[in-house]
Amino acid sequence: MTLQIIVCVKAVPDPAQAGRIRIDPATRTLTRADVPLAFNPLDRNALEAALQIKEKSGARITVLSMGPSGAESIVRECLSLGADHGILLSDRAFAGADAYATSFTLARGIENIGKYDLILCGMASSDGATEWVGPQIASFLGIPAATQVEELTQADSQTLIVRSGMENGYRLMEIKLPALLTATRKLNRPRALSFSGIIKARKKQIVQWGLQDLGLAEDQVGQAASPTVVSAMTTRTARRQVEFIEGSIEEKAEILVQRLAQAGLI
Amino acid sequence: MIDFTFTEEQEMFRKAAREFAENQVAPRVAEMEAAGKVSEAVVRALAEAEMMALTVPEPFGGLGLGYTARMIALEEISRISVATAMMLQVFALGIEPILKFGSEAQKQKYLPDLASGKRLATTAVTEATGGSDPTGIRTSYRKDGDDYIINGRKCFITNSHIADTLTILAKDENDPKAFSAFILEKGMPGFKATHEENKVGMRGCNTGELAFEDVRVSKEQLLFTEGKGLRVTMAAIGDVGRGGMVGCALGVQAACLEASVKFSRERILYGKPISQLPTIQSKLAEMKIDLEAGRLLAYRACAIQDKGQPSSNEFAVAKYFTTEAAQKAAKMAVDIHGGYGCMQEYAVSRYLRDAFVLGPSAGTSDIMKVIIARWVLS
Ligand SMILES: Cc1cc2nc3c(=O)[nH]c(=O)nc-3n(C[C@@H](O)[C@H](O)[C@H](O)COP(=O)(O)OP(=O)(O)OC[C@H]3O[C@@H](n4cnc5c(N)ncnc54)[C@H](O)[C@@H]3O)c2cc1C
Ligand SMILES: Cc1cc2nc3c(=O)[nH]c(=O)nc-3n(C[C@H](O)[C@H](O)[C@H](O)COP(=O)(O)OP(=O)(O)OC[C@H]3O[C@@H](n4cnc5c(N)ncnc54)[C@H](O)[C@@H]3O)c2cc1C
Repeated sequence: MTLQIIVCVKAVPDPAQAGRIRIDPATRTLTRADVPLAFNPLDRNALEAALQIKEKSGARITVLSMGPSGAESIVRECLSLGADHGILLSDRAFAGADAYATSFTLARGIENIGKYDLILCGMASSDGATEWVGPQIASFLGIPAATQVEELTQADSQTLIVRSGMENGYRLMEIKLPALLTATRKLNRPRALSFSGIIKARKKQIVQWGLQDLGLAEDQVGQAASPTVVSAMTTRTARRQVEFIEGSIEEKAEILVQRLAQAGLI
Repeated sequence: MIDFTFTEEQEMFRKAAREFAENQVAPRVAEMEAAGKVSEAVVRALAEAEMMALTVPEPFGGLGLGYTARMIALEEISRISVATAMMLQVFALGIEPILKFGSEAQKQKYLPDLASGKRLATTAVTEATGGSDPTGIRTSYRKDGDDYIINGRKCFITNSHIADTLTILAKDENDPKAFSAFILEKGMPGFKATHEENKVGMRGCNTGELAFEDVRVSKEQLLFTEGKGLRVTMAAIGDVGRGGMVGCALGVQAACLEASVKFSRERILYGKPISQLPTIQSKLAEMKIDLEAGRLLAYRACAIQDKGQPSSNEFAVAKYFTTEAAQKAAKMAVDIHGGYGCMQEYAVSRYLRDAFVLGPSAGTSDIMKVIIARWVLS
């Protein structure tokens, strides 16, 4: 039996252009309209892990993303990198979802796909960065999850051995499929997009599912179903002060140490 | 309505090429600059990224993506390394004569390896007698039974020392009006790559001389009809060669603009970034105008080329405009950087050197004007 892998991929505002993201004080949300969408960096590691399993022992990879219709280009990129099939969950009703509602909708999408053995997520998105979506999907589906995975090996067709990073060490775990993992940067080095991969993706399909396809009601998704309330949001202005220290090298070093100590930095 | 936008797939090609340039080429630029040599690792990376396969049709192991995709790739690679883009553009220039004029047997023999990068290509026309006048070449051939014997020298040939498969132009020893093109292979007795140039710019690509001393080739190496060699080489140089230079030039223009925007935002004078000074803004605007105009010329010519129609006149216009614009942009970029622009640590000093080498390659600006004038007067 071919392993069925689902990779959850989020289209995020391009981190390289983060300076253009603004906060809307009225809705306390981020205005991302002017910022082009990009592949959430850690999701590229998640996809790479799936591609490596596919190369080693065969697998069918489905990419699942919830986002605006513009996110389709990111799904297409996944297909160009070697995924087999793409699903975009897109519906106006999904807008404004917090991590809970996002996870719920994605879990519904996964159930809609049907059979799955392994779900791969990034550890965190580069914009929301709650790190909740992966584990929450697992809990909605009632399957085990391992987060912050740095190393992954297949023990047999139904078991994985994963190593997860911790502050002062690591955890080595055996995990039975079906399971969900969240990927870190250490997991692998994501492959590059190739021209021939882009050509091959011409024949691959992306389907779009909305509220009705998932059999959900409007109050089960999006802002309406988001228990979190963002009570305030502010931009931090970073101020730089420059002071040139004059004197001999010894004097300069002396003054520098004093200044750093005064600032509470040493 | 004319659609001037790139398709989603073309945008993805650009992304792939940009990632390739930034990850595979950028880390080796300093080494190429210092050594003045081709980086083998870069050649390998180009082959692995299927960059030599872009213009080769699928039946011959290529990707069959055509010339717009090639322009996108060249532009992105040149933005990081003009030398690498130049090397790559001449691989395609070396492939083109075989693609367009080769016999089925020649295509079967050469194209798959050229597409995979197992063999590297070039086209050699220029000699010391003057590149602007290809009819002035002295390299000659004479018939000997079923073979041809070739004698002479070529200069300023891109990929001279790394190419395995070379299309060369020679003149009939007994008929100074008859030119023929031949496919030579590295290692043929009597054929040598001799002097290697030490260029001021595009240092990471190889330019040099070739010598032919009684090189005996069979008639299988004759490319197209005997006596039609000028057409073979000039057709390839006219659109693929010039088009390639346009891609290189656009990359320089983009790189100059990017570096200038960054520097002018960071450089503080009179208490504010120099990007707020009208004179600096005027320079940035000029660079942007030239880049936008250059791209329109380039991609229009590619659109014509991809339809299989003659595009060498359109490429002459684009080559003139973009290489001149790249030189102008490089000067402005260096100017904006003040004294820093004269320092090797700042990439703009390299852009200036590279931009000047764009001029003569595939025909000087004067020659482009000669061609364009011939076009308007015809
Ligand atoms: C300024 C700001 C404030 C926020 N405040 C809150 C808050 O208070 N409470 C709250 O619950 N959420 C909050 N969010 C997060 C919420 O809007 C998320 O962007 C979204 O719900 C997903 O969560 P995340 O981005 O944190 O994902 P993470 O949990 O960090 O993402 C981990 C992984 O989950 C997968 N994933 C996440 N989103 C998707 C998706 N849309 N499609 C496919 N896969 C996905 C990816 O594999 C990703 O790598 C906030 C976001 C922002 C930008
Ligand atoms: C980096 C580099 C790579 C190259 N790669 C290749 C290659 O791969 N293969 C190859 O065959 N060649 C190659 N060339 C050679 C290139 O095509 C020639 O340098 C170019 O054609 C000019 O020839 P020339 O240098 O002999 O100058 P000349 O032809 O001697 O020209 C000298 C000057 O006279 C001007 N001039 C000439 N004719 C006219 C005219 N009719 N009207 C007005 N002005 C005129 C020119 O514009 C120039 O200013 C390369 C050159 C360079 C610099």
